[in-house]
Amino acid sequence: MSAPILPLSLEDVTYAPRGAALLSGLTLRVEAGRRLIVMGANGAGKSLFLRLCHGLIDPSAGRRFWASGEPRPEAQAMVFQRPVLLRRSVAANLDYPLALRGLARAARREAVALTLDRFGLAAMADRPARLLSGGEQQRLALARAWAIRPQVLFLDEPTSALDPAATRIIEEMVARFSDEGITIVMTTHDLGQARRLGQDVAFLHRGRLIEHRPAADFFAGPETPEARAFLAGDLIW
Amino acid sequence: MDGPFATAFTLIASGDDALLQIIGLSLRVTLGAVAIACVIGLPLGAALALARFPGRGAMIVVSNALMGLPPVVAGLVVYLLLSRSGPLGPLALLFTPTAMIMAQTLLILPIVISLTRSVVEDLWAEYREQLLSLGAGRLRAVPTLLWDGRVSLLTGVLAGFGRASAEVGAVLIVGGNIAGHTRTMTTAITLETSRGNLGLAVALGIVLLTLTLTLNALAWGVGQWARGRLG
Repeated sequence: MSAPILPLSLEDVTYAPRGAALLSGLTLRVEAGRRLIVMGANGAGKSLFLRLCHGLIDPSAGRRFWASGEPRPEAQAMVFQRPVLLRRSVAANLDYPLALRGLARAARREAVALTLDRFGLAAMADRPARLLSGGEQQRLALARAWAIRPQVLFLDEPTSALDPAATRIIEEMVARFSDEGITIVMTTHDLGQARRLGQDVAFLHRGRLIEHRPAADFFAGPETPEARAFLAGDLIW
Repeated sequence: MDGPFATAFTLIASGDDALLQIIGLSLRVTLGAVAIACVIGLPLGAALALARFPGRGAMIVVSNALMGLPPVVAGLVVYLLLSRSGPLGPLALLFTPTAMIMAQTLLILPIVISLTRSVVEDLWAEYREQLLSLGAGRLRAVPTLLWDGRVSLLTGVLAGFGRASAEVGAVLIVGGNIAGHTRTMTTAITLETSRGNLGLAVALGIVLLTLTLTLNALAWGVGQWARGRLG
């Protein structure tokens, strides 16, 4: 594995496209090896927060920096709620990000075979990725993210479109990634999932980070009324 | 029954030399123009979809407008370029198949550019975040998007082929309709009809229609197959 890229630090980060602040005053460190669950109501800025960490959008003000000093390290991946799979075979989808990283053909073939095997996709290697079921597509998206050997994996509500069985498979995979030392940063609406997977919780409210604590403490008793109301299932604004 | 249709079928069935020669030249000119238009138009259309630069809007409007460029005007432009006193006059290309390929390329290029831009722009809207996340910048995204849009792009290329194989104005002006040298199906139909030689005209018309039908059937089949196969 290359030089460690974590922790990722945000210092007083604001994201305000066209003047309206959608995220403001975020200060936080994403520590290596942890599973951080990002929670909050719809529109609180969870997805934007992930995109900002991952480097898909840039801060309007404040600083975002990785321990490796790179502006956007390669050893990170993101799995979207609805992943976009290329109109190619399953194997070609796995090969694509490896080719982008300049791996030689032989090394890629080996890495693709290994990934297919590990994620139980070998039997469908030659099938068009777009014709897989929703659960299989998300599994392929996770496999594609894993194939590049990320140090940190961002997941944006990866199971919200899946049935319980597919959800359990994805959760098991995320837990195994974590066991392998991959840092997890994940948003979810599913409180049960947050309890099962979270080691730390970051709670966003209207674009601000109002709590960031170990998950056990958070679920035992949130400090802020907004988080208490959220856990109690109240509507908060 | 001794009308033009009977003559036409006799000509086609006997594999008349003049007929075959005309068909061969038509295909050579049109396929050549389609190939050149693709080599230039596919990357240019994709660049127009992804790049942001001043004058981009104007370029899009112009390429859309040029899709309706009258063939005779395309012919006139190439004629002016290649005529003895024109900038490319010394190449002595006027009234050659090369000149005809140039004129038809000019006709097809706007179609390929505009359709590529529209296909790639739609795909980019869908793929942008995922490709950036995987590590592909805009430049690297171009071949990816062209390949993933291959089925839709084929339709655009076929539209270009259809336009080039059907037009008569451009090839007539820069080719001159010289028998055995620059006579294509469309220019031959024009000439033979005006001479009252309807048999050959009808034969060429039938071949032209069959060709267009076959190509479109093929494209439709490929599209259906790809939808089922690629999703």
